[in-house]
Amino acid sequence: MDITLQQVGYSYAKGTPFEKRALYEANASIRSGSYTAIIGHTGSGKSTLLLHLNGLLKPTEGAVRIGDVSITAATKAKELKQIRRNVGIVFQFPEHQLFEETVEKDIMFGPLNFGIPEEEARQRAHELIRLLGLPEDIAQKSPFDLSGGQMRRVAIAGVLAFKPSVLILDEPTAGLDPRGRKEIMELFNKLHKEEGLTTILVTHSMEDAARYADQILVMHEGRSVMSGTPEEVFGDAEQLKSFRLGLPRSVAFQRDVEKLFGKPLGKLTLTEEQLASAIAAALKEGEQ
Amino acid sequence: MLEKMIFGRYVPGDSFVHRLDPRSKLLFVFLFIVAVFLANNTATYALLLAFTLLVIFIARIRLYFLFNGLKPILFLIIFTLLMHFIFTKEGALLIDWKFIKIYEEGVRQGIYISIRFLVLVLMTTILTLTTSPISITDGMETLLNPLKRIKLPVHELALMMSISLRFIPTLMDETDKILKAQLARGSDLTSGTIKERIRAVVPLLVPLFVSAFKRAEDLAIAMEVRGYRGGEGRTRYRQLDWQWRDTLIIIIFIILVAALIWLRGGR
Amino acid sequence: MKEILSLDHVSFSYEAEDGGTRRAVDDVSFTVNDGEWIAIVGHNGSGKSTLAKLMIGLLFPEEGKVKVFLEELNVDNLWEIRSDIGIVFQNPDNQFVGSTVQDDVAFALENNGIPFEEMVPRVHESLAQVNMEGFLDHEPHHLSGGQKQRVAIAGALAMRPKLLILDEATSMLDPQGRDEVIQVVDELKQTTGLTVISITHDLEEVLLADKVVVMNSGKMMLTGKPEEIFAHGDELESIGLDLPFAARLSRSLRQAGIAIQGEHMTEEELVNELWTSHFSK
Repeated sequence: MDITLQQVGYSYAKGTPFEKRALYEANASIRSGSYTAIIGHTGSGKSTLLLHLNGLLKPTEGAVRIGDVSITAATKAKELKQIRRNVGIVFQFPEHQLFEETVEKDIMFGPLNFGIPEEEARQRAHELIRLLGLPEDIAQKSPFDLSGGQMRRVAIAGVLAFKPSVLILDEPTAGLDPRGRKEIMELFNKLHKEEGLTTILVTHSMEDAARYADQILVMHEGRSVMSGTPEEVFGDAEQLKSFRLGLPRSVAFQRDVEKLFGKPLGKLTLTEEQLASAIAAALKEGEQ
Repeated sequence: MLEKMIFGRYVPGDSFVHRLDPRSKLLFVFLFIVAVFLANNTATYALLLAFTLLVIFIARIRLYFLFNGLKPILFLIIFTLLMHFIFTKEGALLIDWKFIKIYEEGVRQGIYISIRFLVLVLMTTILTLTTSPISITDGMETLLNPLKRIKLPVHELALMMSISLRFIPTLMDETDKILKAQLARGSDLTSGTIKERIRAVVPLLVPLFVSAFKRAEDLAIAMEVRGYRGGEGRTRYRQLDWQWRDTLIIIIFIILVAALIWLRGGR
Repeated sequence: MKEILSLDHVSFSYEAEDGGTRRAVDDVSFTVNDGEWIAIVGHNGSGKSTLAKLMIGLLFPEEGKVKVFLEELNVDNLWEIRSDIGIVFQNPDNQFVGSTVQDDVAFALENNGIPFEEMVPRVHESLAQVNMEGFLDHEPHHLSGGQKQRVAIAGALAMRPKLLILDEATSMLDPQGRDEVIQVVDELKQTTGLTVISITHDLEEVLLADKVVVMNSGKMMLTGKPEEIFAHGDELESIGLDLPFAARLSRSLRQAGIAIQGEHMTEEELVNELWTSHFSK
């Protein structure tokens, strides 16, 4: 499902003395099946932008196109529900949305709202419990008796349960420990590939953006200011700096090493694995 | 709609009224509410209304802003007025048009009650508009202090109130976030029968309660480790400062009451 | 060196739901001396937050002794000892008691009966120490997470504590907020010699520490200087912890057959090492 933003503007509390502008003429185009990272400083408008991608906010100006539906200021609430079925959002600290008596019921909440038959929803819930590496007997437990990490997974399952074709991730690893972070990011990467999802990741981590995304959108002060492949975006350190963003560590280190070697290492190294092999190759070449 | 509502809101400023000590303001408004019931004729009601308008002027609140924000309450006042017009059947008949009969006493009573209601609402709104909620809490705590003797937990009540005020915006944000998360999961709060709508609130309320309890627990720990052990032996960072202007408005109040009694008709 | 805090064979269990018990802290001993910065690391559920609760007397050990300022913590001296410890918790919202920044900073002072005349300068002073002096009358919901945590630190500093405990104080913050908080604490340590215990899984925080305590399933698994700890790379990863970027890269380079001498915690050190071992020859 392709997503296009055309000159999207948004103001909170429009028409009152408390009006606050959050987005100006944002443009973006997200290809079906791509993995897009949205990066930007806190307050850059990336969270507001994200809420437009499944109709939780309607643009006050411009239009958001999701598949063949267009959302503008005039779109009716009824039409939005259909969009939400196709676009799932995993919010920051998604465990805060858990409410049912059992894990199974909570995972089934989304599917039932979207009209998926109960048996199918239940089956899906059990599949997801396995897929997310949760113990089988968790289904009948109260979500409030689980550990923090488990609650996070149950909440994620609750979004995956209605099989959205677009998955939006808002800082999905916030507050997790290093292992939890890595596991969750790898899980989304796997899902992205296996299920052919269109994934949109909103993140503060340049490393995650560089490692997982094939397209990057940079937000700054409510505007979309840069977009392109990770190589293009992270290749322009100067401009990123003007948006108060840094480089992924591997790229920053690559730059240091290049200064030392006095010559480029070749392609931008987006992960530390790429970086290690590029340095090793350069050193071995130098020895010969 | 809610954004325009100003009843209970605080707008910072530095007028004479803003700078009054919350104690004198609270005391004044409380006594004023009682004094309003002294009015019983045109002269006294006119005096009350004029006095209230004067206070609005001194507090530098724009009339337009005030009335715009109080619209819902103005409707209530107009409704009261109409009820009196229609149902009071005393005095001379003023209008007799088809089935509508309006009597002199109905008009008089309607206007009196409306003015009474209006000045009460205006005065309390001026209080909240010019005094931060936390100052009101401080003022209440000090004014109610004597009641500690009869074992009223004044300090605890004031603390509860200030913490509630502090957490209102936090909980509003939280509500908005949870609402969005459930909407994204296909929850529907705006359509369906009343029963369905009530059921649709559960996914919003449960997480909100869970989080509020978690916050309360965290807060209790944070307060304990910062040495909170109740009001005993505590000093206060917020100091209230009773000044000449505070004494002045109490004197003004006495003059107002004297004037009201003097103008009061024997009916 | 003066001892600030010590744990001597401390154990603690929680009551589990099924009526049994769950060991959260199991025979842990270490000492924190005046002016030191100690990082306690471990994955979520490793017992590190229980340690914080034991240090401040929110829990008491089942076995062993917790000594703070050379006194064994008990119900009688609890409040006095607490007044010399500052602690900042994880959630920036849930520990902000006051309705404005200055009220919050004054909270502990009020509780401890500090006279008004002394409170005012202390509030201003401690806010200046965390670079928040321009925010006296700001309300909490208009502050960022990093700012709220700095206010919480100021609230602790106002009591002129001998020990500051950061209980995952940066884990809910964005990178900027995290940097702000870490920088403030680092500055404080440099200028005032404050003793700091930070419970964390943030590697930047660990690298600033003089000593690291690694917790795993309630037990103290490793202890030592950061570079000593990070030399046990695989062990740390096996318990769900991460290594600093430079340490991970060194390891990958070694695996690719590049000789790297010693352990390097920062990118700068590693670049220097690459220079000395491979270029200066």
